[in-house]
Amino acid sequence: MTLTPELKAALVERLTAFADDELVLGHRQAGWTGHAPLLEEDIAMANVAQDEIGHAVAWFELRAELDGSDPDRLAFFRAADDYRSAWLSEQPRGDWAFTMLRQYLFDAYEAELLARLSGSSHRPLADTATKLAREELFHLRHSRLWVERLAHGTEESRSRLVSAVTVAWPLMPQLLAPLPQDAALEAAKLTYSSRDLEQSVLAATRAELVGHGIALPPFAPVPAGNPRAQRTEHLAPMLAVMQSVARADADAQAW
Amino acid sequence: MTKLSNDRRTELAWEALSTVLDPELPAVNIVELGLVREVTATSTPGGVRVAITPTFSACPAWHVIERNAVAVLEAAGVGEVVVEKRIAPPWSSDDMTEGARAKLERFGIAPPAVHGGLIQLASEAPVRCPRCGHPDTRLRNAFGSTLCREIRTCAACHETFERFKPL
Repeated sequence: MTLTPELKAALVERLTAFADDELVLGHRQAGWTGHAPLLEEDIAMANVAQDEIGHAVAWFELRAELDGSDPDRLAFFRAADDYRSAWLSEQPRGDWAFTMLRQYLFDAYEAELLARLSGSSHRPLADTATKLAREELFHLRHSRLWVERLAHGTEESRSRLVSAVTVAWPLMPQLLAPLPQDAALEAAKLTYSSRDLEQSVLAATRAELVGHGIALPPFAPVPAGNPRAQRTEHLAPMLAVMQSVARADADAQAW
Repeated sequence: MTKLSNDRRTELAWEALSTVLDPELPAVNIVELGLVREVTATSTPGGVRVAITPTFSACPAWHVIERNAVAVLEAAGVGEVVVEKRIAPPWSSDDMTEGARAKLERFGIAPPAVHGGLIQLASEAPVRCPRCGHPDTRLRNAFGSTLCREIRTCAACHETFERFKPL
């Protein structure tokens, strides 16, 4: 189908948010490579991080088809203010409990998101979502088990999980809140009902955590207007490191 | 260069593509892995258009496969070469040939079970040790040295090995 200029612009915004979430989370999780508590988990986390970064590429490539942008330029030469990542993804790496809880919350979100997007009327979007959904299954299975293990492991693992929940859970509504132009995408059946997505993700993750006897703190308020207009103070320092190699030699060839 | 018929050109292209190995799985080529989705002869100008699909979207071997595919096709003299990345339908381990499964097992990697869409069931079904053939093996890590593999241990010979994940 042909997209009107308005829908195209709205979709570019939406895809940028998807890509930035995956890229920032992937980079955060990659920070465990060589440092995870167990060799098996080191390997697992490196795989998960690689997948998320690969998924960021997939969303950026979809955006490129719409506006001719260059995925590498967007990742490595864009200022923090121009990113559209969620606050949850921008949080520092944290301890193992925070890492696995954040991963679980994202995986649960992505499972619901990708299932809905695979029915998009925009064929390239539906195809990408179908492909990514298969790969994400491995993540959710893994991170969900870790949340269970942390909740019922030792006193320390549980108290660390509880601390992680106090940081991560309040940020969920901002992750799930629609962008200003999302309503147009929804009306054109390009995407999903934001409200339905939010309710499904919150219901699934709440049931999981409450099921482990974890009390949930209140949500942080979602900013009016564009909920993703503002960055946390954590993103700029992360990008300074992540972008440093590319910026040192902008013409370097990777392949 | 003599003018080739369309049939001959696609035939040469398939032959050439079957010499391209997956750099992360050098035992099998991309045709038997099921990565080559379509080869069509193009007439203006004469050449071939090839559609290839990635296993996992974050597969780092993708760029090498793409580059090597172009190189062997150009060397095969099939005219102008266009390689397209095609992600739909998504690649499944069921797209692998029987021959590729046997090669993987000889290489020391347990092949993925044919799942017909029941991926979860296939993931949890017993896996035979590629070294001693014993069926009693257990999962050690759902993630392995590449995105497409998991790590298992054999209860009989105690060897640790990898399995290609059912996808």
